[in-house]
Amino acid sequence: MKIIISNTSGIPIYEQIKEQIKSAILSGEIEENEMLPSLRQLARDLKISVLTTTRAYTELEQEGFVTNVQGKGCYVMGRGSELIREQLLRETEDNLNAAIKSARRAGIDGEELIKMLKILMEED
Amino acid sequence: MSDAIVINGLCKKFDTFELDNISFSLPEGYIMGLIGPNGAGKTTTIKLMLNMLKKSAGDIKILGMDSVEDQNKIKENLGAVFDSNYFVQDWTVKQVEKSIGIFYSNWNSEQFHEMLKKYKLDPNKKVKELSRGMQMKLMLACAFSHNAKLLILDEPTSGLDPVARDELLDIISEYIQDGKRSVLFSTHITSDLDKIADYITFINNGKVFYTGQKDDFIEGFRLVRGGSNELNREMERKLLGVRKYSTGFEGLIRTEDINYFNKLNIDPVSIDDIIIYTSKGDINNE
Repeated sequence: MKIIISNTSGIPIYEQIKEQIKSAILSGEIEENEMLPSLRQLARDLKISVLTTTRAYTELEQEGFVTNVQGKGCYVMGRGSELIREQLLRETEDNLNAAIKSARRAGIDGEELIKMLKILMEED
Repeated sequence: MSDAIVINGLCKKFDTFELDNISFSLPEGYIMGLIGPNGAGKTTTIKLMLNMLKKSAGDIKILGMDSVEDQNKIKENLGAVFDSNYFVQDWTVKQVEKSIGIFYSNWNSEQFHEMLKKYKLDPNKKVKELSRGMQMKLMLACAFSHNAKLLILDEPTSGLDPVARDELLDIISEYIQDGKRSVLFSTHITSDLDKIADYITFINNGKVFYTGQKDDFIEGFRLVRGGSNELNREMERKLLGVRKYSTGFEGLIRTEDINYFNKLNIDPVSIDDIIIYTSKGDINNE
């Protein structure tokens, strides 16, 4: 898993960490029950405050991506987890909405759009 | 969670300067930066903590012990690093160990020599022959060799080149890995703090301006910029500090006041911005 931080992006560092871990989980790059780097190790590696890594992990836990086992570490929850599924559903919806919008602008009707979707899925 | 440092209502009166009602605490396992302009009272606070000065009033608890009554016990468990080293210049590194080690009941010679190796310190070199970075590492090696639970560093990065500063930051983060040891360091080079400090205490003019989590500190302020004619009286009252120039102004505001400055250019701040604007004379404290 890759975690890098940018000091010029304007996005808070905890947010950057959160997003990168999240996308690694959603893409399946890190799997269920895999352990994340420890809070203090990650803080040291990235040269940031322990409180910042703590905040990233805490929010990931609240969103249902990881679970914190006291004294052991932070583990990735299964992708079957209800919350993660919810997140993925929303993401799919958002992307479909974007596709519908573009299609309307291009004058593509619903039938044609569904056909396109089927073809793309077959190719995949 | 217990606190490594608890300071309550600390006062120290000098003829020309007064440390006024300083209070802050540092939870065990974290790093706190003590910041402020020169002459703000950082070193005075540290000296009071180490009982090198007599306080006028207040309470200092270090590792749960009273800074005056239990000072010997505290010093067994504490490492201090100052901007200039406190060793005799003609001592060799080896002699430093002999002279310092006897003061600690739990001195670990093996650990000391391991640290020397790690930091590439030659035991036969004299203190005065070491570079500033090396002298600092020697002080750290001493602190780590009696298993200090708390590290207090006064301006440790001043006079160090970027490479040595970076090494120091890494040494400090490594030091707190077990979550039991804590670090307080004073500095005016805030780019170091921007990185690793968990907590910040900002002292100005002998008073605490802010103490708490670093991220909240930085989030609590914004930098606003605009043309000279865009600044009205109401806005002016909300500015904590301002710099006006012929074609515009630049000022520090609290994030909660952001609505007063709707159409102006608003940016996040750095710790430096906060120090600069709040230290330049008048502060609108409402």
